[in-house]
Amino acid sequence: MWTYAGRRLLLAIPTLLGASIIVFAMVHLAPGDPIAAVMPAESSQAEIEATKRAYGFDKPLPVQYLVWLGRVAQGDLGRSIATRRAVILDVRDALANSLVLALSSSLLAFALGVALGLLAAFRQGRALDKLASAIAVVGVSVPHYWAGIILIIIFSVQLNWLPAMGAADDPGVLPYLRHITLPTVALALIPLGVITRVVRSAALDILNQEFVLALRAKGLAARRVFAHVVKNAAPQILTVLGLQFGFQLGGSVLVEAVFSWPGTGYLLNLAIFQRDIPVLQGVILVLATFFVLLNLAVDLLQTVVDPRIARH
Amino acid sequence: MAITTALPEELAARVTVPMSYWQTVAWRLARDPATLIAGAVLVLIVLSAVLAPWLAPYDPNAGSIRLRLAPVGAPAHLLGTDEQGRDMLSRLLWGGRMTLVAGLTPVLVALALGTVLGVLAGYVGGLTNTLVMRTMDVFYAFPAVLLAIAISGALGPGLPNTLLSLSIVFVPRVVRVAESATVQVKGLEYIAAARASGSGVLPIMRHHLLANVLGPILVFASTQVSLCIILAAGLSFLGLGVTPPAAEWGLMLNTLRQSIYVNAIVPALPGVAIFVTSMAFNLLSDGLRDAMEIRA
Repeated sequence: MWTYAGRRLLLAIPTLLGASIIVFAMVHLAPGDPIAAVMPAESSQAEIEATKRAYGFDKPLPVQYLVWLGRVAQGDLGRSIATRRAVILDVRDALANSLVLALSSSLLAFALGVALGLLAAFRQGRALDKLASAIAVVGVSVPHYWAGIILIIIFSVQLNWLPAMGAADDPGVLPYLRHITLPTVALALIPLGVITRVVRSAALDILNQEFVLALRAKGLAARRVFAHVVKNAAPQILTVLGLQFGFQLGGSVLVEAVFSWPGTGYLLNLAIFQRDIPVLQGVILVLATFFVLLNLAVDLLQTVVDPRIARH
Repeated sequence: MAITTALPEELAARVTVPMSYWQTVAWRLARDPATLIAGAVLVLIVLSAVLAPWLAPYDPNAGSIRLRLAPVGAPAHLLGTDEQGRDMLSRLLWGGRMTLVAGLTPVLVALALGTVLGVLAGYVGGLTNTLVMRTMDVFYAFPAVLLAIAISGALGPGLPNTLLSLSIVFVPRVVRVAESATVQVKGLEYIAAARASGSGVLPIMRHHLLANVLGPILVFASTQVSLCIILAAGLSFLGLGVTPPAAEWGLMLNTLRQSIYVNAIVPALPGVAIFVTSMAFNLLSDGLRDAMEIRA
């Protein structure tokens, strides 16, 4: 178990380094000279050269990368071109908002998805199973940003029940809950579809195994059989839950744009349109690190639940 | 599950020659109403996009200040008009072209490139495999949506950049599936037998390997089309894809978003188009997977 954990941890390092190279390369993917873009239009060639030297842009790319990586490792993500604030501060505030949204939508999707998936497996072929399958297909097919707009049209414009935009300005739990409800539902659709589908098929696989037949044959109550099936399907269910939570964190960009939710996605969107490359890099690097570590945690948790995995 | 158990008795009596694999697949598809309907809907969507210049009643970019946001069913404008008074039906028909191109091209690129890389990595193994697969792992450090938006954001808007960034998202996925399918098939005895009987690497790949790994790869790629459509339209929705005034479903959704307080139905229409298309692709790929008996 511990050797496996150690090996997985070591494997995550090259992945993270690779991700940092991609993020670093984004400056150079961007069309135009990154320095010329931030300098006032009337600056002379000499001034541009001086700024380049000051920021280390005159050095060869690998050197620039290592210098940048060194600063990132110390938590220095540079300064925003638009606001001159340290990127790490902006990202930290936004990340907190995104985490809350990711958590709330994941919880909603987990609860509904696991329940629907399990019920569908135990009622295979019946109406409930058909309903679960329909929800699964709709969940993975619906453009969630459009679903967000539909929610706004129904609950904000027509019914005027819930606010359409932003996080709450006034303190208090209730205004906060009112603001987070619609984005939570919109963001929960995709994981709901995926989780329902995976849980259903995992439970069906277990149900078709001989030991379940044996359990039933010896007259075990349906509720106890259910417990056995859930236990055996647990590793697969845990994996899909963990992965979906990770996707929620990085995948909320579109939903945050629809609802102006002040999270990482909103910040990213803003950075893209202000061509604020340091912020763009900072957000993506932080989210990728979170995502890789989360995947690692899911892997390790899996070996705790099912020790056979570590032996493979 | 053996196919004979699925045959009704009266039909089984008539079947004398065993069906080939593809005949079996076609036979199953023909008896799967959900997949058939999804397929028919897709044919309609593709045809309406291809035939847009002839089907569209108006120029998709010709607006009229006096006719802004006409409701669905307005005289002469069946699906109403948008915020600039352009005919919605014409724009939806034309918009399908862009969305379909942006949704299908990256998956096709990934299918070609990913299959080559994955089969190569899986068959050759060793250092090649490590190099290819570890490189692909790096792209898995980002959720798909984030990677697409990040690359598009750095590259700037425009259809070519959208296609590039989405291809980068989908290639690693196909490589993973192709590699694992290849490793699995490579270990089977008939490959060893072919090698023992003196077949070279290329003939083995062509005759024995590809035929058996292409099925899973194709089915996987088909499951990715709907995601690619949603992402492509999503990029346009953020202003990172197709640039105005072109008609594209995601972009239309974005520009109409401000009008939901005036007209609740018309702004939702482009999303309905994206939803129906992506759902049809999903149902089709599900049916295909079941008919081909591929577990994914």
